[in-house]
Amino acid sequence: MARLSGLQREVLSLYRQCLRHIRQKPEESRGNFKRFARAEFQKNLSVSKKDFSTIEYLLRRGRRQLETYASPGIRSIH
Amino acid sequence: MASLRSTSRLFAASRPLFRPASFARSYATVEGTKNVEPSPSEKPNFKTFKVYRWNPDTPAEKPTMQSYQLDLNKTGPMMLDALIRIKNELDPTLTFRRSCREGICGSCAMNIDGVNTLACLCRIPTDGAKESRIYPLPHTYVVKDLVPDLTLFYKQYKSIKPYLQRDTPTEDGLEFRQSPEDRRKLDGLYECILCACCSTSCPSYWWNSEEYLGPAILLQSYRWLADSRDERTAERKTALDNSMSVYRCHTILNCTRTCPKGLNPGKAIAEIKKMLASN
Repeated sequence: MARLSGLQREVLSLYRQCLRHIRQKPEESRGNFKRFARAEFQKNLSVSKKDFSTIEYLLRRGRRQLETYASPGIRSIH
Repeated sequence: MASLRSTSRLFAASRPLFRPASFARSYATVEGTKNVEPSPSEKPNFKTFKVYRWNPDTPAEKPTMQSYQLDLNKTGPMMLDALIRIKNELDPTLTFRRSCREGICGSCAMNIDGVNTLACLCRIPTDGAKESRIYPLPHTYVVKDLVPDLTLFYKQYKSIKPYLQRDTPTEDGLEFRQSPEDRRKLDGLYECILCACCSTSCPSYWWNSEEYLGPAILLQSYRWLADSRDERTAERKTALDNSMSVYRCHTILNCTRTCPKGLNPGKAIAEIKKMLASN
């Protein structure tokens, strides 16, 4: 795999954090969470690699979303 | 002293008591002209407002400045009136926070013509030839258009424990009372509405917002340090006693210049430094 830029690594680490948090969720809803997380990332696949400010914004938004969904009160997602 | 200043400024900003009755109230946000000089009959007085626009739904698009033309004779006297009128009549997609429209909620803090202020306390410059430029608070993440993300600001406010901490009850079990002198120490501190105008105008806060608390939060810190009823003064002081929390203040005093309530965060920070030094 090619060497990743700092920003790319941040995006990947966010995705991995999402997957880790999904493991704390009840087993029957993990699939839903996983699909949701993946879809959120896929929504922005079209963003150019060089568009740093946009990627940084999306990262911030993603982290905020993760913080919300990671709370144990949220057990499932549809 | 600071409280005196704030009241006088607020008073100056309030509406004139008597308004010529000839102006019909055609629209909720549109009232008769408040220009000091009587406007020349019905001649429209157009002014351009350039407003920062950015939409999070299309993050790849760059922020732009959008121009709006308003007839000042049909607009209220304050910037907030102009913004509300733009939103009502010209462009409903314009987004900004507002609530009390009288400088007590601190929602409508924004950067108007280069100065952080509350839109509801900022008069529209009557010079129609010059355009007014309106931006969100500087060095904040933008949520949309003129709405800044103040999460960090509120997190920092939470970190200073902005509430009365006390273990011993009063002898008679009633309220914790203060002498008038002790109460007077809080004048010029309790009026702060946490609009974040001062913090976002501070260059030190721009560069060190993660660790430096910023003028607004430090003013609040001092408000609780100065409170005669609070019993955790020592704890509060140790929490502040490091190189970042307070000592990133280099007395630039942008905070005091910009405060829309006429308070003096710079002085409060100096008092904190004095308290820390006298240990």
